[in-house]
Amino acid sequence: MKNLNKNKYQALIGGHAAAEAMRQINPEVVAAYPITPQTPIIEKFAEFAADKKVDTEFICAESEHSALSATVGASAAGVRAMTATSSQGLALMNEILSVASGLRLPIVMPMVNRALSAPINIHCDHSDSMSARDLGWIQIFCETAQEVYEYTFFALKLAEKVLLPAMVMQDGFSTSHNVEPVKIYPDKIIKKFIGQYKPKYSLLDIKKPITVGPLVLPDYYFEIKYQEIEAMEEARKVYLETGKELKKITGNNYPYFEKYKLDDAEAAIVVSSSSAGTAKAVIDKLRKEGKKVGLLKPILFRPFPQKEIRESLKNLKIIAVLDRSVSFGGEAPLFSEIKNSLYPLDKKPLLQSYVFGLGGRDLFEQEVEEVFEELLKNKTGQVKYIGLRK
Amino acid sequence: MDIKTLAQKIDSDKKLVSGHRTCAGCAIPIIVRTILSATDNFLVAANSTGCMEVTTTIYPYTSWNIPWIHNAFENVAATLSGIEGAFKALRKKGKIDKEIKFVAFGGDGGLYDIGLQSLSGALERGHNCLYVCYNNEAYQNTGGQRSSGTSKGSITTTTPKGKKEARKDLMRIVLAHHIDYAAQAAVHNILDLYQKAEKAFNAKGPSFLNVLSPCTLNWGFMPNSTIKISKLAADTCFWPLYEVEKGKYKLNYNPFKKLPLEEFFKLQKRFSYLLKPENKNFLNEIQNEVDDNWEELLKKSG
Repeated sequence: MKNLNKNKYQALIGGHAAAEAMRQINPEVVAAYPITPQTPIIEKFAEFAADKKVDTEFICAESEHSALSATVGASAAGVRAMTATSSQGLALMNEILSVASGLRLPIVMPMVNRALSAPINIHCDHSDSMSARDLGWIQIFCETAQEVYEYTFFALKLAEKVLLPAMVMQDGFSTSHNVEPVKIYPDKIIKKFIGQYKPKYSLLDIKKPITVGPLVLPDYYFEIKYQEIEAMEEARKVYLETGKELKKITGNNYPYFEKYKLDDAEAAIVVSSSSAGTAKAVIDKLRKEGKKVGLLKPILFRPFPQKEIRESLKNLKIIAVLDRSVSFGGEAPLFSEIKNSLYPLDKKPLLQSYVFGLGGRDLFEQEVEEVFEELLKNKTGQVKYIGLRK
Repeated sequence: MDIKTLAQKIDSDKKLVSGHRTCAGCAIPIIVRTILSATDNFLVAANSTGCMEVTTTIYPYTSWNIPWIHNAFENVAATLSGIEGAFKALRKKGKIDKEIKFVAFGGDGGLYDIGLQSLSGALERGHNCLYVCYNNEAYQNTGGQRSSGTSKGSITTTTPKGKKEARKDLMRIVLAHHIDYAAQAAVHNILDLYQKAEKAFNAKGPSFLNVLSPCTLNWGFMPNSTIKISKLAADTCFWPLYEVEKGKYKLNYNPFKKLPLEEFFKLQKRFSYLLKPENKNFLNEIQNEVDDNWEELLKKSG
């Protein structure tokens, strides 16, 4: 553990924190296409490649569709391959997202959350990654640049163990372009943590030719998809194991979700990513006033830890779920998951759905405080829209 | 190499083997096996969605004895560029010492239409890959719908009265990327195709082959006529055989007697309606365009 003395803090924006993790991973191939606010990641990484700080073949693709397609090709060729994107870029990749997971390729993709068009908007909400939630990718939502850094190589190890791709989310601008102190661990330690990549199959293993991506008809398709379902279930277990291993290096915990002053709380907010920070500040203030309030911050969204969330929320009187995306004509994605998680309970907490921050609208402490005030009245109703002018 | 030696060489090449499910009379396996036999290096192949992909890899079977990947319809060039990138990275690290060649196969739908951007991106980036279009002039795998590679006049399931527009000139688009080698070939002349594939594999950077692949099912001719149809395409100058090396055009086949399009059209259901007297003007229009393109090619190739 004496190596920890060499740990140092760097002032990094979230985008550069992801790039720094990618530098330590040193993937053989990175294929990317620029989109705001993902650009700091690939610009920084392009610098690393140009300065020979990595051995990566950096492919400047002509679209996100091709960026992920090239990443799929490289990963099937048995090397570590990464890309990064946002919003419309993820939407353009959509077709290949399910190819990557269906071919069981452990691609890791930093994802900077940004609202989907139209109207076009470059700022944060979670509509992009939520639209990709059912495509077989592990999804991890980060609150801080530190989490972005650590979860990027964490996700690599997890992905390679269960053979599923993973996207690691950070909030557009609030995280991707804001400077935070990030504790960087020595290259040697991180390289040891992720280990050598030993793929079972590779297109470049010319002595053992393989056919990747064949036509599979009704006689086998279902079984192959079931294997993917099993892999996603396996990811729950491996996530916790990976966290235990990484804790030995960082001392940090890597739970499915973070509980903040939740255990004795009567009212709680569920909110992910950078907005959780705002909620924590409000909770600190309200706790001083003697109010029993807390937070549950989901980190792992796919696979979704229903059972554990149920255990953590079952004793609450009332819960507000704050979604930064909507499902038009249905319940907001995170709310829907939380509601489903609570279903088996005989005595269920009250639930209130809030939608906030679409297209990068800020969430203020005052607004979070108002949510808690409403919760403490123990009344719920229709979905509410925070900060919406009517 | 004489044709007999070549036939033996292709026959002994086991990279794509029998048991696949292409239609009787399909030109694709002949084209593919000829091209695959044109290099002694190790090969990795990628395939866009289409006839060739669905017929050679029905799970749990495969006809491929070389590493092969299918990703999606429009991204064969991008997919292969990632594989080539992985190869470069591993070679730089000393983890691979052998030379490996990379070849992408797509139909006209996969390369003229939906995959054009991916092809253009890969050509511009300069990956060491060969891109092959097996051109059967429509979306034959989905039942014969028109593509931008479909010739004027051709009846397809989405142009039931015949296509009104001229086909896209993919060769010119590809050549606009300043690549060292591009050629047009056809299935009836495998010696020519083989020599072109050899040159394409040995070219520096990206190379491209556009190979006419008559479709017995949707062009509407007997399965035993594939080669005859292909030869008529060249003899009518409907599909000229030529190559462009470092910008220099070379005509590879100049018919002793240039045949009128009727000779090619009358044997195919997709075109035979053009021989009716009421379609004379449209037929003439198509003949004039073929003549103009031929004249232009003659000029370019000196």
